[in-house]
Amino acid sequence: MRGSYYEATARERIYGIVDAASFRELMPPAERIVSPHLQALGLPVAFDDGVVVGRAAIERREVLIAAQEGGFMGGAVGEVHGAKIVGLLRRAMRERLPVVLLVESGGVRLQEANAGLIAVSEVMRAILAARSAGIAVVAAIGGQYGCFGGMGIAVSCCNAIVMSEEGRLGLSGPEVIETAHGVEEFDSRDRALVWRTVGGKHRYLIGDCMTIVDDDMVAFRESLAASIDASGPLTLETVEAEHAKLSRRLERFGDAADGEDIWRSLGWPDPAGVPLTDTDVFLTQARLLRAA
Amino acid sequence: MEHLHYRFMGGRTMRATRPCIVGVVASGNLEVLIEPAALQGACTVDIDTAANGFGVVWEAVVADFFSRHPLADVRISINDNGATPAVVALRLDQAVVEFAAAAPTGPTA
Repeated sequence: MRGSYYEATARERIYGIVDAASFRELMPPAERIVSPHLQALGLPVAFDDGVVVGRAAIERREVLIAAQEGGFMGGAVGEVHGAKIVGLLRRAMRERLPVVLLVESGGVRLQEANAGLIAVSEVMRAILAARSAGIAVVAAIGGQYGCFGGMGIAVSCCNAIVMSEEGRLGLSGPEVIETAHGVEEFDSRDRALVWRTVGGKHRYLIGDCMTIVDDDMVAFRESLAASIDASGPLTLETVEAEHAKLSRRLERFGDAADGEDIWRSLGWPDPAGVPLTDTDVFLTQARLLRAA
Repeated sequence: MEHLHYRFMGGRTMRATRPCIVGVVASGNLEVLIEPAALQGACTVDIDTAANGFGVVWEAVVADFFSRHPLADVRISINDNGATPAVVALRLDQAVVEFAAAAPTGPTA
C-alpha cells in the first residue's frame, strides 16, 4: 500500500508498513484496557490507550510492532500506554524478535503525573534491556506530532531511527522552549525555524537518525527492514563511541544559533536551499557531509 | 463526561465475526468499536462523550443510523471527544462498512 505516512493514523501505518494480512494485535480495543487515570479525571479514553501493539512481518521478517496514535492526547505516554510498549519489548526478548516502534508522541502524559513519568522511563529501560540482549529495536518518525519529551530520549536509545523530512525529533518541543525561555530564544510559530532545528533533514545531517526517507509507506517499510538487518549489539564500545560523537558535536557546533549555521559549517554549498532540496538529491550530498 | 446508552430492536444479524474499530479519539473526532454480541437480537450503542448535555442530538443521530443500518446482535461503543453530528454519522457508517467486510482473520485499515 503506497500512501502518506504523515497523514495516516497509527493503525493505518501498521497496515501500510507490514506484509499483507500479517498483523495480529495484542491487547486489541475490544479488551477495553483503558487508562484508569483519565477515567478518574473525567477525560475521554481510547480503547487502545493510544498505542497499537502486535506481531507482524516486514518483508518476511517476523517482528513485534507498536504504533503510537498522535491524534489521541498527542501520543502521550500514560501508564497503560507505556506498559503495552514495555510488554512488547519484554516479549521480544523472550521470543528473540526485532521490535519496530512507529513513534508519534509529545512525551509523558502529564495528566497521569508520576505514573506517566515512570511509564516512559520504563520504556527507555526496556529498550536498553532488549538491545543488551541482542534484540534490534528500530524506530520511525514521520507523523504530524513529531517525537518529543521522554519519547525523544527513548528513540535515541534505539538501534536506528528512520525519519522523513516532515518528522520532528527533539527533547523539549518548540512551544515548551518558547514558554520556558521566551519567544526571543525560540519562536515556536516560525515553522521554518522549527524544521531547521528539529526536522528530519537537520537530524540526518547532524547524525541523529540513520536515514531519511520520503513521506511514503513503502519507503518507510524498506528502510525499517534495512535498519533491522543492519542493527548491531549494544556494547560498552558503542556507548563510548556515541558519547565521543556527542562531545565532538558540542565542540564543533556548540556556538551555532540555527540549523543553517551548522549546515554551512558542514560545508553544504547552499545552506539556505537545504529545506527545498528533494530527498534523493539531499541524500547524495548529505552522505558526504553529515556529522558522523 | 456523559454516558449515554441506546438499545434498538428489529434489526438483521450480520455475518461479521470479529470486532472492528474506526476513528481516533482526537479533538473533534471519535472512535467507534463495533462487535458481534449475543444481545437477543438487539443493537446497543454506548457513548462516552466529553461534551455534556447533547443527549437529544445523540439520540437523533443514533436513531437515524439505525434506520439506515438496522443491525441485530451488535454492540457499538463510542469514545467521543467533541465530534459534530455529521462526523459521528460518517464514522458509524464507516464502522458498518468495515464490519461487513471483516473476514475472520483479515486486516482492517
